[in-house]
Amino acid sequence: MTLVSITGLDVGYLRRRQVHPAVTGLDLNVAPGEVVAIVGESGSGKTTTANALIGLLPAGGRITAGSAIIDGVETAGAGERTLRRLRGSVVGLIPQDPMVGLNPTQRVGHQVAEAVTLRGVAKPAAYAEAITFLEQAGVPDPELRARQYPHELSGGLRQRALIAIALAGRPKLIIADEPTSALDVTVQKRILDHLGGLVRDRGIALLIITHDLAVAADRADRVVVMRHGRKVEEGDPRAILRDPAQAYTRTLIAAAPRLAHGGRVVPRFDVRDQPQPAPILTLTGVGKTFGTFRALDDVSVTVPRGRTHALVGESGCGKTTTLRIALGLESATSGSVVLDGTETADLSWRAFRPLRRKAQLVHQDPFATLDPKFTVGQSITEPLQSFRVGTRRSRQARARELLDQVALPVSYLDRLPSELSGGQRQRVAIARALALEPDLIMLDEPVSALDVLVQEQILGLLADLQRDLGLSYLFVSHDLAVVASLAHTVSVMNGGRVVEDGPVATVFTNPASEYTRELIDAIPGRRADAL
Amino acid sequence: MTAQVVEPVVVDAPTETREISGLRATTAQLIRRPLFLIAAAWVAFVLISAFRPGWFTGYDPYATDPAAAMLPPGADHLFGTDIYGRDLWSRVLHGSALTIRATLIALGIAGVAGLGLGIVSGFFAGITDSILMRFVDVLLAIPGLLLALSIVTALGYGTLPVAVAVGVGIVPGFARTTRAEVLRVKTLPYVEAARAGGASWARVLLRHILPNAWGPVAVLAVLDAGVAIIAIASLSFLGFGAAPPAAEWGTLIADGRNYLITSWWLSLLPGVFVALLVLSLNHLSKTFQELSR
Repeated sequence: MTLVSITGLDVGYLRRRQVHPAVTGLDLNVAPGEVVAIVGESGSGKTTTANALIGLLPAGGRITAGSAIIDGVETAGAGERTLRRLRGSVVGLIPQDPMVGLNPTQRVGHQVAEAVTLRGVAKPAAYAEAITFLEQAGVPDPELRARQYPHELSGGLRQRALIAIALAGRPKLIIADEPTSALDVTVQKRILDHLGGLVRDRGIALLIITHDLAVAADRADRVVVMRHGRKVEEGDPRAILRDPAQAYTRTLIAAAPRLAHGGRVVPRFDVRDQPQPAPILTLTGVGKTFGTFRALDDVSVTVPRGRTHALVGESGCGKTTTLRIALGLESATSGSVVLDGTETADLSWRAFRPLRRKAQLVHQDPFATLDPKFTVGQSITEPLQSFRVGTRRSRQARARELLDQVALPVSYLDRLPSELSGGQRQRVAIARALALEPDLIMLDEPVSALDVLVQEQILGLLADLQRDLGLSYLFVSHDLAVVASLAHTVSVMNGGRVVEDGPVATVFTNPASEYTRELIDAIPGRRADAL
Repeated sequence: MTAQVVEPVVVDAPTETREISGLRATTAQLIRRPLFLIAAAWVAFVLISAFRPGWFTGYDPYATDPAAAMLPPGADHLFGTDIYGRDLWSRVLHGSALTIRATLIALGIAGVAGLGLGIVSGFFAGITDSILMRFVDVLLAIPGLLLALSIVTALGYGTLPVAVAVGVGIVPGFARTTRAEVLRVKTLPYVEAARAGGASWARVLLRHILPNAWGPVAVLAVLDAGVAIIAIASLSFLGFGAAPPAAEWGTLIADGRNYLITSWWLSLLPGVFVALLVLSLNHLSKTFQELSR
């Protein structure tokens, strides 16, 4: 008896009167109580599959062939009435982004109660039940939270409220679409652990959709790897990790730091026995207050020349503020910042400007970091123009050279950002940061918006550039796995303070603080331990 | 440094095939909308007739002919003739020249002043923003027509004062929209990236903020062109416009209102002419808005 049975499913998107296939010939079964994970890059058709299953394809989406039967009901080509009977009561959906998944004008309790009333429960009883569901979803103090509005809740709590809404219909299947990719690692782990426990206790089937094979392998009974709309591989996660049948799956395993090293996080660099080079950037006792809020408290960070120093911590820990102060985009309330021998903490914009040639920035979001009206060439040469370096001709030559350094074809010079993928945009952003031949590049979560495989490529590029050009990096990230594959030294931050610092090899293998240990435990890929 | 893993750098494949260049795709999309084409054609016709009325009519708008007075619309006189026997079609087209010029002047004033105010207050924020926006609030608080009437009364009658009055009336909308866009663009990472790259504020403003902020403002300009035409027609209807015998659209409609029973075309046809133009402009603006989304 299967709960979900998909056979030969074809889904396409209608664009300019042509159907562009997004999913081709997919077969997938989910048994009651089973946890299945669909893994793939963006564009692999994993979300399209989930949307097609509950009839929520975006405008232009069409199921062109095959069938998808949920709980004995055919959903391919089914009308809205049939599908509505399935949604909520048979299939619950946990959306991708907890920040926009809740209605900001309604109290959380009402939103959960709404899902309960759809089952035919009377209103007063529904509200009481809603509070039980919030409690089951792991929301502490559910009666208080039920009376609050979504903006009063943290990302993790909102995600739990969304889980409560999904549970409220007492579904037989829950679809979780990248349920935690917008959350911090530790929150992510707690929520996934909790969700896994919930479905196991209640015999609910769970369909996890993720781009991270490590997350999938940790949680699922069965893993389905998808690529270009087709199923590449399917099977028990242990079997897949031990003996992947497809080259693509092997690349995915190699890209997940913990899976690649049999469940351990192995730092790429070990500098424990080496003398530390002279620092290029030193922050000493930096403090920063916004109004009455203490964002940074006595933060000291040193970036050795030619090496990578990482700032790690959860959102709100002050790591980005530290980076912005180091770059002079924000001024420190107290403390000193020394960049390449010059004290910069009190410099005006004008006085700081010459130093900008030494330190450059790469942003987190590749989709907003390039001016949509600028071609790649214009973006890359802009810093050169700002500093009046060279002539038009020499700047063009430099742009070609930079594109070459970031492994993009020269023909991309005239392209607009909208024509590039996320990874390519990030390469352009790196090329722009390199234009002035800086000594130090500040990287603000440079890969967290990218798929695992593209992450791996960008990290590889950064490492190559460091080796070839002798660059130093100050690297901000919430993802310890990424830090392990790029950084030499690390500062772990929590609540505006540095909790622990030292070489990555020391901190990761022998964490001194409880907080660091928690962060390291949260890196997905534990299941590879068992191999 | 110990064992360094060096992977080959692979260029990640673009996720989608390169789209047809933006402009061509947009044009193709527009051509498939017949209503848009009709509206665009009408606006184009009125614009051309405003500057070259002679291309579309052989009659002198001021030549009176008592023998041909009050003729209904027909093959000879498309819109009929008025009480002095002047050809109404020709008068409407020559009226275009005055009204369209007034509209362009009004939009020019609103555009320059509104963009300027919006950029300055959005960009400098703080106290500058507060002061400028309170000034704009005051302008918004006064009913548009009343404001225009007071300005015209102060400046005197004629096409130019009417244009100035209407222009000042639509400045606040431009200022508000521009300011909102500037505030939005200003916080985007690419602006910060340009700053971190050493670009001066002037450069950031001209090269990054302005080009990315003016889209909605341009849509508003098309929409406000309709508003301005109606306001100018209203003022000339009330008699503040050009002196006779020159006739703006509003004057033509006003002149005909005494003969509504006997010669309905005198008011109705110029009125329809103006209404079609304003509706067309609104439709164009709506289409652009949909496209930019």
